[in-house]
Formats: sequence, C-alpha cells, structure tokens
Amino acid sequence: MLLQVSTNPATPMVLRATRAFLVSEQELPEGYQHYLIPESLERRVQELEGKSSFTLLPNDYHYLGHGDIIRLDGQAIRVLFRANSGHNSLLVTEQCNHYCLMCSQPPKNIDDSWILDELEALIPLIPRETPEVGFSGGEPTLAGARFINLIRMMKSYLPRTVVHVLSNGRTFADECFARQYAEIDHPDIMIGIPLYSDDPDLHDYIVQAPGAFQETVQGILNLKRLSQKVEIRIVLHKQSISRLPQLCEYIARNLLFVDHVTLMGLEMIGFTRANLDALWIDPTDYRDVLSEAVGILAAYRMNVSVYNHQLCLVNDDVLPYYRKSISDWKNEYVPECEGCARKSQCGGFFSSGVRNGYSRAITPFLP
Amino acid sequence: MSKFQGLDAYTRRARYELLPFKFDRLEGDNYIITNMTGEYLEVAMPELHVLLAKDLATEHPLFASLRAKHFIRYADEQAPLDLLALKLRTRLSRLTGFTSLHIFVVTLRCDHSCPYCQVSRQMDGETSFDMTPDMADKALDFVFRSPNPAIKIEFQGGEPLLNFQMVRYVVKAAKRRNLDEKRDLEFVIATTLSLLTDEVLAFCYEHDIILSTSLDGPADLHNANRPRVGRDSFERFEAGLAKARNVLGVDRVSALMTTTDKSLPRVREIIDEYVRLGFNGIFLRALSPYGFAIKTRKFMTYDTERWLEFYKEGLAYILELNKAGIPFVEHYASLILKKMLTSNDPGYVDLMNPAGAGIAAIVFNYDGSVYASDESRMLAEMGDQTFRLGSILTDSYEDIILSDVLLDALEQSFTLSAPMCSDCAFEPYCGAEPVFHHAIFRDVLGRKAESSFCKRNMSIFKHLIGLMKSDVSTRHLFMQWANAC
Repeated sequence: MLLQVSTNPATPMVLRATRAFLVSEQELPEGYQHYLIPESLERRVQELEGKSSFTLLPNDYHYLGHGDIIRLDGQAIRVLFRANSGHNSLLVTEQCNHYCLMCSQPPKNIDDSWILDELEALIPLIPRETPEVGFSGGEPTLAGARFINLIRMMKSYLPRTVVHVLSNGRTFADECFARQYAEIDHPDIMIGIPLYSDDPDLHDYIVQAPGAFQETVQGILNLKRLSQKVEIRIVLHKQSISRLPQLCEYIARNLLFVDHVTLMGLEMIGFTRANLDALWIDPTDYRDVLSEAVGILAAYRMNVSVYNHQLCLVNDDVLPYYRKSISDWKNEYVPECEGCARKSQCGGFFSSGVRNGYSRAITPFLP
Repeated sequence: MSKFQGLDAYTRRARYELLPFKFDRLEGDNYIITNMTGEYLEVAMPELHVLLAKDLATEHPLFASLRAKHFIRYADEQAPLDLLALKLRTRLSRLTGFTSLHIFVVTLRCDHSCPYCQVSRQMDGETSFDMTPDMADKALDFVFRSPNPAIKIEFQGGEPLLNFQMVRYVVKAAKRRNLDEKRDLEFVIATTLSLLTDEVLAFCYEHDIILSTSLDGPADLHNANRPRVGRDSFERFEAGLAKARNVLGVDRVSALMTTTDKSLPRVREIIDEYVRLGFNGIFLRALSPYGFAIKTRKFMTYDTERWLEFYKEGLAYILELNKAGIPFVEHYASLILKKMLTSNDPGYVDLMNPAGAGIAAIVFNYDGSVYASDESRMLAEMGDQTFRLGSILTDSYEDIILSDVLLDALEQSFTLSAPMCSDCAFEPYCGAEPVFHHAIFRDVLGRKAESSFCKRNMSIFKHLIGLMKSDVSTRHLFMQWANAC
C-alpha cells in the first residue's frame, strides 16, 4: 500500500483514507489510514493502540515530512519519494544489459516487475509542484513498453516536472522504440547516456558488453533525429582517461548536436572497489587531460559540465564548467579540507569517497 | 574466476574494411589520409601500406583513431556509415538553401583610383554608371525567388555611398517585400568610409546595416594603395571607423585588406594596424588576378611563393599575439580550419564544391547584367563576358539560373570529378573556383599542376596541419577559430 505522508491535521476526512499522519506533539486527528509515530514520541502509542494502525518510526526516518510517499508492508516502511528533496531518483529495474566496471548499482538479473507496479501507483501521488524526477536502474528501457508508459504517465500527471533518465541508450537503436518515446512529446525530458571512449572496443570493455558502442551511438542518433534531448555522460577513470581528448573530438565531430556533455568523477562504491586496479587514477594526475577535454568541448561551443570533482583537483580553466554537483545531504569533506576557504564552492566528496579512498593531493585553499 | 573480462575479450579480431579515403604526401615519409567529411590522420608510408593491405594490427596506436575517424570499420558495423552520411549531409546542407548572398553594384563611380582596383570609374556626377530603380526592382524580384531562408544583400561599387539613394531604395523595397516573405534579411555596404555622413549612419542604424570596409595597413601603405584626391584615404577611414563604431556598434563594422607588392615586406605592421584599431582579426588575402590588376601586370609582380612567405609570417605573428594574450584571428585560416576540424562548411565562395558561383552568391551589375560572382563581373570589365548569365531587364529567373553558362561551369569544375582534384587528399578542404581558372587558363578546370590557386591552398593546408601537429596550444586555438566562423 502506498500512502502520502501528511502533517496537516485539517486534511478533509475524505482524503484521510489515503494518508499516513505523521504524529507530532499536537492533538491527534482521527480517520487517517495510518499513523507514523517517531520513536521520540513513543508515549503516544497508547492513544492509537486498538483504534488505528500505526508504525513506530526509528530515528533514521527523522527526515520524513509532508508530501513524502511511503510504502507500507505490515510494519515495514519504505520511503519512495521525498517531497523536499530536489533529487528524487526512481529505480525502474535492477536488470541491465551492461555490467560496467565501475557500476555503482550492480545489476541483478531477476524479475523485478513489481517495481514497475509500484512506480505506476506512485506517479499519480507525487506532488504536482515537484521540480525534477530522475529515473535510473539498471537499464530503465529494458522495461520496454512499460518504460514508455512511465514517461507518458509523467507527462500526464506531472507535466511541469523535469524528467531525467539514466539510460545506456542501446534500446533507442531500435527506431520503433525511439519513435514511441519521442511521440510522448514530453515537455522537458533528457536522456543521460554514457559514452566512455571513441574506441568501440574500449567502450565495450568498460561496460562489459560487446557491440554496446554501436548500439549506443545509434541510439543517440535516433533520439536526436527525433529532436529528443540527450546528455552524454563520461565517468572519468584510468580507462576512459586514456583516450579522453580523442573521445571529446569524436563527440564534437559526430555528435555535436547533443544537449550536454558531463565529465564525472568516479564514485568509490559498487563494482569500482572490485576493479580498483583497472580504474583508479588520482584526479590530480589527470587534471591536465581534463583541462584539454573541457577545452575541446568548449571550443566547439558544446554545453559541458564537470561533476563530482573537488575544487583543489581541477585547473582554473575548468572552473567555468565546474558544478557543485554532489547533493547537499550527500557531500562530505575529509580532514585535509580543514581550514579551506573555498569549501562552500566545492562539491566535496561522496561519503563513499571519504570511506574508500581519495586523491593524495587534496589541499585546502588558504583564506 | 572474475565476473569481469579483460579488454582482450572485447578486442575484435575480424578483418576490417576500408571506408573511402584519399592520401597524399605531406613531406618525406609522412602521409596524410583524409575522408570526404574532412577527418584526417597522419600516417607514415610503411604503415599506410599495411593499412591498405588490411593488415594493421588492432594493437597499433593508430588503429583506434582510424576506426573513430571512420577510415575503417568492421563489416557488421552500421554506426560508422550512418555518421559518415550524416556528416556529409551536414557539409553539403548549404546547397539546399541555394543562393544567399546577392550583390548589388549600385554604381561604378568611385572617389578612389586604386591601381589594383577591379571595377571603378572616376566620374563623379556622371549617372550612366548607376543602377536604376527599374533594375533594382527586377533584381529584388530575383532575390526573393531564391529559396534560401537567409538572404544577404551586399551593396558594392565603385563606392556605393556615391549612389546612396539607390541603397536606400533597395533597403526599403526589400524590407517592404520581406513583410510577407519573412526571410532572415541582412544588409551590408562595402565602403571605404571616405564619404560617410551622419545621415548615412543614421540610415544604417535604423535598418541594422553592416559596414564592410577596407584597411590595407599603416597610413602610408594604405594611402599608397588607395590614391584619392587629397591623399587622405587613411585619415578618412580612421575617422569614419570611429564614427561608424560609435553609432552602429564595434561588431557591425568589419575590414578587409588588399595585398599588393608593397604589402609583402610589411605583414607585421599591417597586423599591428588592425590590432591598434581594435579589430579582432584580419583576412590575409591574396591579390586577385582580375580587373586592372591583371591589365597593369600588378598581379605578376610577385609570385605565389612570395605571397606564401607573407602569409606564413603573418600567421606566425598572429599566433604570437594569441600566446601573448591578445585574441586575434586570421580569417582565411579559420575558414579552412572549419573544413578540417568540424563537420560543417563555412560556405566561403572560393572554397566550395560545387563552386559557389551563382548558387551561393550572385551579382547584379549597375547596367542590369547578372554575373555568377564578383570576380565574373571584374572579368567582364576586362572584356571577357563568359560568366555573364543574362540581364535582369530581359531574362527570367529560370533563364539565368538554368543557363548553360552557369550549369556547365559548375559541372565541369566539380572537384570530385576534376582531374587531379578527385584523388587529391586535400580536396575536402578546397574548392572548385571555375572563374579564377578560366581567367588564367581559359577553361574552368585549368591545369592544377600550374595553378597558383592550387599551389597556394595546398601549401596553406599543409602549413596549418603542421602547426597543429607541432603545438597542442595552437591546435586548441585553431579549434576555437574553426568554430568562430
């Protein structure tokens, strides 16, 4: 059962059947489908016992708020959507036709179509003023017609919400599929597609899938032929760095019409840790390559962004394209950052980076 | 066993196929290969042999680049073909637009008497060299027959400001018609600025007209190249430039230089003059062989080699300027670089194939004659009417555009079938130029081995490629130039 979280005791009775009331110090209103009692207010359990269904919320759920959407399975709660986060990412499937060396969300080859059932129930409940929703996986397009349906539902229920999809693009090599997607004519949607090398063999190796490069490129071409927005996403590691300037020239000559190119630092989670020898290169050792790559894309007047990097590891010529991308609730700093005068402009680290290793060259900017 | 496979497992071992490309010697053992979308790679002769024999090893450092630049592919790969087709369509996309630049020669009268000038008459007050309203109306009928959504009307002379009432007439009439036509309409006046008045500027401002003017270098050189009564061409230019920039905006006034034998030892001074006057680039032009230039043998006073020295010295100085933090462009290089480094074509008439004559630009002369290009009417002024396509007063659009004169010139000069061009590795960067070759060789193809057009451009192509190879920062600068034009 999916429920919207409410903190509004004045919710009309007719709507209370679809809401879970988040209990506070205030008087308890009646008639809600379910009640959520923060651990700190455990004493209020007695007011509900025997009358209404409720869940005692562990402290981990302190962030829950009005408009959030939860799934209730007996006593188990999963938070599907957070109304006050600008970064809601909805996993569509854990299946994938890639097996990337640096996958942060290792795929599972199981039938998980229940996730789609859940998303189809979720979308109508998402607040209509939500600025942005992301879809990820696995490979979301493996859901086929049901993926198309999800995007159509986004347009129908949330026409003002920007949609961003992380896909490897291969399914769009099927012109028919690409056309179905384009025909939805969503007002503001972008597909983010990874391209790791201009050398097809190297790209296929990085994503561990023979023939992937050809399909991805054709997918991008089909999407752009149909005037769909496409972003190329390049994760930087030892393998992709080896031909990064060549890749950027390839993009500038062949795919100049894509809407955005992002160059992203490696996240130290998932498969990355298993393949660290093949992947790890200290960002300080590729800073000049990064400058060259950004310089090429910028010379061709492409829209380029550098994500997931620490400010002290990029050259000054990268700064106009540097984005403080790691979301506020995820970014952290390391002891070396102590006293840095530019922390507030810096993206900092993913907590995985702090735990599992980072550059030897982190240096605070002195005030 | 690891769940992951090594690069080896994804390295294809099948025999590759060659996609179409051409090759040529750069120097010594060093060869260049190019494809029709302008991608290039340098390859040493022994490797070229192996490549052509389809024996190049996958591990070879060139292999991945050959694949990425679409010189080779595996038989089952479709993406390289799709991308090649896409890039070729992009390069040729201007063709579907058809004629954009329409040149109106509103008068041949001029207040200058430049020895190299192609077309001018020293008859102030005489109106027999002026375009009439009737001709202008018919020329505008013609202009709007072009399917191009972007129409540029350029006023030339002589000195167009000597017949400014005709400029006014054409601008107003064109804008009136454009209320219905809704084209992207742009006006340019090619003027020395010597006769610029506040009234002219006010009109230019009101109608968003660009001024294209001339600057040959420092005052003494400029005045020597451009004699006029009072010997004050430069002074009038500089005053006019300031006034024009003030009213129209810095970017609405451009300057072109003409190279003469007097310019050759002074390229740095010429560039400095452009820098001093706040221009952000220069077009180091070769002297054209047309008009009085050929008659007075000025063209023959220096050869292509000497001009190339001038060009290379100038370009080297411009690179120095950029390294010193002064952004400054050499426009001819940037046109070529666009063809080398991007999948686009700058649409520069001299470097187009099919030739730009008539189908990229067309000229309406003061007497109603229609010419395939500016050079064509210059040739006509010398008595050679070959590229006169007809008269705006008596011939229809179809008569003119479908005239054998034009179609034959385009077809016969087409570089992909022209002897020595069709198998030239630099063909993707070059152009057909039938009018030039006709002027020199009396046939639109010419003999490329003797063509100064061929020699000059080949040398520049090789020079630019060499510069990019020798220095990463130059290559990066050239990428910026390629995308700025």
